Amino acid sequence: MGSRASTLLREEEIEEIKKETGFSHSQITRLYSRFTSLDKGENGTLSREDFQRIPELAINPLGDRIINAFFPEGEDQVNFRGFMRTLAHFRPIEDNEKNKDPTASEPLNSRTNKLLFAFRLYDLDRDDKISRDELLQVLRMMVGVNISDEQLGSIADRTIQEADQNGDNSISFNEFIKVLEKVDVEQKMSIRFLH
Amino acid sequence: MKKKVQSHNLWATLRIERGAKEKNHLLYKPYSNAIIAKEPTSLEEEIKEIRRSGSNRDLDSASEFEMSDIFYFARRGVESIMDDEVTKRFSAEELESWNLLTRSNYNFHYISLRLTVLWGLGVLIRYGFLLPLRVTLAFTGVGLLVFLTSIIGLLPNGRMKNFLSEKVHLMCYRICVRALTAIITYHDRENKPKNGGICVANHTSPIDVIILASDGCYAMVGQIHGGLMGVIQRSMVKACPHIWFERSEVKDRHLVAKRLSDHVEDKSKLPILIFPEGTCINNTSVMMFKKGSFEIGSTVYPVAIKYDPRFGDAFWNSSKFGMVNYLLRMMSSWAIVCSVWYLPPMCREEGEDAVQFANRVKAAIARQGGLVDLLWDGGLKRGKVKDTFKEEQQKLYSKMLVGTQEDRSRS
Repeated sequence: MGSRASTLLREEEIEEIKKETGFSHSQITRLYSRFTSLDKGENGTLSREDFQRIPELAINPLGDRIINAFFPEGEDQVNFRGFMRTLAHFRPIEDNEKNKDPTASEPLNSRTNKLLFAFRLYDLDRDDKISRDELLQVLRMMVGVNISDEQLGSIADRTIQEADQNGDNSISFNEFIKVLEKVDVEQKMSIRFLH
Repeated sequence: MKKKVQSHNLWATLRIERGAKEKNHLLYKPYSNAIIAKEPTSLEEEIKEIRRSGSNRDLDSASEFEMSDIFYFARRGVESIMDDEVTKRFSAEELESWNLLTRSNYNFHYISLRLTVLWGLGVLIRYGFLLPLRVTLAFTGVGLLVFLTSIIGLLPNGRMKNFLSEKVHLMCYRICVRALTAIITYHDRENKPKNGGICVANHTSPIDVIILASDGCYAMVGQIHGGLMGVIQRSMVKACPHIWFERSEVKDRHLVAKRLSDHVEDKSKLPILIFPEGTCINNTSVMMFKKGSFEIGSTVYPVAIKYDPRFGDAFWNSSKFGMVNYLLRMMSSWAIVCSVWYLPPMCREEGEDAVQFANRVKAAIARQGGLVDLLWDGGLKRGKVKDTFKEEQQKLYSKMLVGTQEDRSRS
């Protein structure tokens, strides 16, 4: 008989995740399958190495930043709930959600939360501001060795100049939202599910 | 006594065979378990689209960098976390419905008493009846192989020796096929590999060798092992020239290439059998072919092998199971059902280098077997991906930023 980690997901847990993230029952079980197949240590959590084992992610220039988004400050392991919470940002926004009860807390896949995910990719030290230095570092990750420091510097300067409104030479989340107000965030930061 | 054992096995085989052939037309419907839909757009296309949708300025002065560019990388990254093309190739394929083997039981929980009873019955039959039968046959087959090839080795080289060697090899491999209850359908036999050629096939398990060698004679290539495997290898080579390498010689690419090309030049020697992926893949895809065998310059005979996962999963996950464990699992499955297609021979064309040739052959095999054709290296099973791929992505993106500057300076 095989030595499969037989920690099948309990129904109550699936319901909780459904409420929190908005994923459907079948989507949750499929993603749980995926989670367990990535979990080589079979201990119910994923480490950074587990993510880095995915070749397509390893060759993504921002792979490390994306992996980092799954781990809360100072932690090295992420469990299934945390995994789903982060993935939920990429759920497409459905029409009936737009007219939902305004007192309910904002869903994880709202436009603002999608923008927040992207903002946090830039904000390396998590201080809610993108400094020139941070922007430069992320740009460097995206372009590798192909652009000189000066050119990259001028790109960063130009970007901050256009976005910064309160003159503190860095981009806050609200300024970030303003710059991207016309971009179709709903579509570009969503992943279409087949079920 | 042996006759009785053989006839029982024959009955069991026929029963399973009939079942398999009835479902033949549905045999290889690929089970698509994809979670998400991936758009096959390029980096450039997508980033341009993102920028266009959020553009505040007129489209003539195309911008160099937009903060929204990051959306592309973020989405691609998370897509690959949800579902990627590579990591799933190194574990057994998921089945659409349960085939009463516990080992294929991933997502199916306890459903009903009847199913459990059926499963219990299955266990009794498989372990109590089929397994002992098959193990006996396996020992017979291997024992005969070692014994007879050693005897033939005493004969002087010549036509008689080759003839006998052929007969002995075929007979012993066919006994082994019975020992696994492998039901094999060979297609296009007219394309069978000939002397002086190299036969390449996709690799799923060590059983591939037995399947191919029971229908034709090949010169095997591989590293000399110790133990039982080594004994078998050493006696096989007495009867006909196989190419075994010492562990130290394997690293020397020139030596390997030289021995292979010497072998194919001698037309009296059998075609070489090689698995260019270099490792076992789970039979849903074909991964990168190592170019070594395609540099030699002889005719290549591609062969596609596709197993039907419903009767028994043939994939050898070497990081999970050892060889003996694996063989026992094989022999206690219902059966191994597979199809072998002999594809028309291919030669390297003018102006085509070894890598392109290898990819062409790989595409042909993937198409025939209904497998996904991947460029990824099977070595990723154990090793890390090379940095050059990431650097390619970075270069592509840099072009988008820097390229527009050049346009601007022109206007």
